[in-house]
Amino acid sequence: MIATCPECGAEITLPDDTMESEIIVCPECGAELEVISLNPPTLALAPEVEEDWGE
Amino acid sequence: MRIGVLCSRIRAEEKLLFTELERRGLEYEKIDDREQIFNLHQREYPFDVVLERSIQHSRALYMLKIMNDAGVPTVNSYHVALTCGDKFLTTQALVHAEVPTPRCLLAFTPESALEAMEQLGYPVVLKPVIGSWGRMVSKINDRDAAEAILEHRDVLGNYQHSIFYIQEYIDKPGRDIRAFVIGDECIAAIYRTSEHWITNTARGGIASNCPITPELADLSIRAAHAVGGGVVAIDLLETRDGRMLVNEVNYTMEFRNSIETTGVNIPARIIDYVLEVGRKG
Repeated sequence: MIATCPECGAEITLPDDTMESEIIVCPECGAELEVISLNPPTLALAPEVEEDWGE
Repeated sequence: MRIGVLCSRIRAEEKLLFTELERRGLEYEKIDDREQIFNLHQREYPFDVVLERSIQHSRALYMLKIMNDAGVPTVNSYHVALTCGDKFLTTQALVHAEVPTPRCLLAFTPESALEAMEQLGYPVVLKPVIGSWGRMVSKINDRDAAEAILEHRDVLGNYQHSIFYIQEYIDKPGRDIRAFVIGDECIAAIYRTSEHWITNTARGGIASNCPITPELADLSIRAAHAVGGGVVAIDLLETRDGRMLVNEVNYTMEFRNSIETTGVNIPARIIDYVLEVGRKG
C-alpha cells in the first residue's frame, strides 16, 4: 500500500498490517500522520497534543 | 466473549493489544471515541468486558461511566480512571491508604500557593492536577521563579491552572521507576533514566530493566489497590536516604519501551486480565 504524506508529498509505503487510525511518522519529513483509510490508503496530519491527553 | 476496546488514535500500545487479541483468534469491537454518539438513555451495552485505551482523559472518563453504569466491567473502571486522572485524587487515595508519597500541598490562589511553596521549602514542583507526559510540570527553585510562574498561571491559565498542586522536590538519583501492576501482581518494572529532572520516556527518558524487589512489589501493589486496582503503571521516586515514594499512578499505561527491556509480554498479560474480568462478569 502506498499513500501520500499530506505534509511533504512523500510517497509512503504502508506495511501490510497497518490498521485504520494507526499513527505513523513520515520517514521524509517526520510529520505525525494518522491512517484515516486503508482503501484507498489515505493519511492525514495527526492533531497536536491536547491538554488532557495522556496515559 | 464480547470484547470492546475504547480508543481513538492507534498508538504502538493499541496495535500490540489488537495484535494479541487477533493472535488468540478473539473477536473485538473497536469503539472509536471520535465517531460515537452515545444515547444517554441506553442502559445496556452488548459487551462482557471493555478495555479502555483512549488517549483523551475526559472522553475515557465519560465512556467508562456509561459502560459501568450499564453493568459492563471495564479495564480500568471509571473509579480508577477518575482517581488516577487527577493528581489531587491520586494523592488523597495514596495518603489514606498509607502509601508513602512525596509531601504535597494544595492551594487555590497565587498568594496562598506562594505561601505553600515557602512552607515546603524550595525547590518545589508545581503540577497541573490533570495532565500527563510531564507537560506543564514546573520545578521551582526559588521565590523569584515561584512569583513568575504563579503570575503566568493566573493571567494565562484557565480555571484548572488556579488549582495549585505543589509537591516537594525529590532529589532522585537521575532516574525514577515505573512499575507495571496487573491485578494483584507487579509484572515488570523499568528505570527511566534522564539527565533532565523530568524522566518520562515520552520526554526522552531511557528505559532499562529494574529488578522487582519485594519492597518495590509491595509498594506498587499497595498503590494500585489504593486507586482501585486493575491495570496500572506506578511511578516511584527513590530518595537519597533510601526510601521509595509513589509519585503517580497511570491508568492507560504506555508500555512500548518496556516489553523488550523487561522481557515481559505486557500486552499478553493485559489481555489475560481483560479476559479474566470478562469471565467474572
